[in-house]
Amino acid sequence: MSNLLNPKLFDQDVEQKPTRHGYGEGLLELGEKNPNVVVLTGDLAESTRVQEFSKKYPERFFECGVAEQNMTGIAAGLAAAGKIPFISSYAVFSPGRAWDQVRVSVCYSNLNVKIAGAHTGVSVGPDGATHQALEDIAIMRVLPNMTVVVPCDAIEAKKCTLAFADRPGPAYFRFAREKTPIITTADTPFEIGKAEIYFEAGHDAAIVACGSLVYQSLIAAKELETEGVKVTVVNNNTVKPMDVGMMMKVARDCGAVVTIEEHQIMGGMGSAVAEVLVANYPVPVEFVGMPNCFGESGQPEELLEKYGMSVKSIKEAVRKVWARKQK
Amino acid sequence: MLLAAGSGHSAGPLGMADVFTALYFGEVLNCDPKDPWKEERDRVLLSAGHICPVWYATLGNAGYFPKEELLTLRKLGSRLQGHPHFRALPGVESTGGPLGQGMSQAIGHALAIRMDVAAGKLPVGERMPWVYCVLSDAELQEGQNWEAIMFAGKNNLHNLTVVIDRNNIQIDGFTEDVMPLEPLADKFKAFNWSVIEVDGHNVREIVDAFNKAMAIFENPTVIIAHTIPGKGVDFMGWKYEWHGKPPNKDEGEKALSELRTLQGKIQSEHQ
Repeated sequence: MSNLLNPKLFDQDVEQKPTRHGYGEGLLELGEKNPNVVVLTGDLAESTRVQEFSKKYPERFFECGVAEQNMTGIAAGLAAAGKIPFISSYAVFSPGRAWDQVRVSVCYSNLNVKIAGAHTGVSVGPDGATHQALEDIAIMRVLPNMTVVVPCDAIEAKKCTLAFADRPGPAYFRFAREKTPIITTADTPFEIGKAEIYFEAGHDAAIVACGSLVYQSLIAAKELETEGVKVTVVNNNTVKPMDVGMMMKVARDCGAVVTIEEHQIMGGMGSAVAEVLVANYPVPVEFVGMPNCFGESGQPEELLEKYGMSVKSIKEAVRKVWARKQK
Repeated sequence: MLLAAGSGHSAGPLGMADVFTALYFGEVLNCDPKDPWKEERDRVLLSAGHICPVWYATLGNAGYFPKEELLTLRKLGSRLQGHPHFRALPGVESTGGPLGQGMSQAIGHALAIRMDVAAGKLPVGERMPWVYCVLSDAELQEGQNWEAIMFAGKNNLHNLTVVIDRNNIQIDGFTEDVMPLEPLADKFKAFNWSVIEVDGHNVREIVDAFNKAMAIFENPTVIIAHTIPGKGVDFMGWKYEWHGKPPNKDEGEKALSELRTLQGKIQSEHQ
């Protein structure tokens, strides 16, 4: 395991925090540092963690009510006038409901609008399928000018919030609802567009993961090591623009790739990795993600298990891709 | 322009020629074609992107870009896109076409101006920079507008003036048959807006309305401009069939002759 990760990562009582906390903390820091940063929400200030910002910087905070399309358009106008708006809602609503506005008002004009999608993945849990965003990566990465990042923990989410403010142009990042393990530390390298190797036991296969499932991937890799299968784990936090060099490197080194994300398999991070590999260095790929269906109510871990994104599923996918590679 | 392009919308742009003339040539705007992005400028956004030929023609005549470029409308490589693209041309502040998106963008500008004026960051002369947004009437059928109308009303965005091209037509027919908008003025009033109704072909009345809107500090203003679609070309006037198509060569020549000379107008009437 990379010595730049949380040393207590594999402990039973590893610290856990929802990734959206990192967003809230990042915004507070930006409020202090950058007077152009403004925050908008659609009646979800508390659960998207922008409430502290709204209290500290009321003149730079806009409550838009339950109206995501208008919120997105307002953000486009603010950005056209030189502000750096962060729009905050659940991903099923923004960008989900406001896709046309993101396409026309934001991306076509190449405006500096940052979209924070909270409550993504089946691990949203009891709220059920209506609130579990599983298509957001696909609908954002297809848009020209858009950057797409999936932070793996609260620390990375904070770093990404700060980095977005310094990177001109439209950008989208997604968060989880539940607490997830702290994987990184303040010193772990983070750069938009740069994937990092977090675990390298060997080169039987590469696991390319994003979001909080990086944790499950590391657990799977560790268990596989004791079972004689040696893999490399990559945190591929930036879906777009993708780190093509790193994808080529692990494909060359390992000859087989498993992608893991809490998103529909179709059109997600794994699809983006496959696009890169097919064009540059084709190797067998297995995809772990939502298998073309909607979720349901339940506990996060039950849902990850049922829909095939648990440690067990990751290990099965690794064994499968490893077998394909040896044929 | 439409004849050269071979596609585009005829009726709307003709109906809004007087409003655009009043806005750019009626001493309403604080703008400078030679310094089109100066910080303290008033902003004009066109939500009903399909009527952009009248905006382009106005900007060209006001000196924002060479008039010869008008004939490149809708052609490959042109800055005059079929629907306006943000900053593709000097003076074009908005991307629009898919209806209902302009007012929200305009609100963003109005908020940013308000913040910058409050922070002393924007050089302000006699008055706060203003934001104008032009909408078609039928695009009010898009729900996003009502989200925007609620927001602007709640926030008393007085430096926002919306102009509605009330020409009563849309692609499938008359607005009141397709999806009624009336009572339009009452709807805006109920959302905390000031409402001014004008004859959209009386330039003096339109200029007065713009000036009046600037004197209202309580809330945003909507100017409902009652216009005749296809105004100035007899065979296009009032006909929704002309909403979305360009004239052919003969029709184009006849339209230009009617628009340019009284003789042309008389000739057409006696044919």
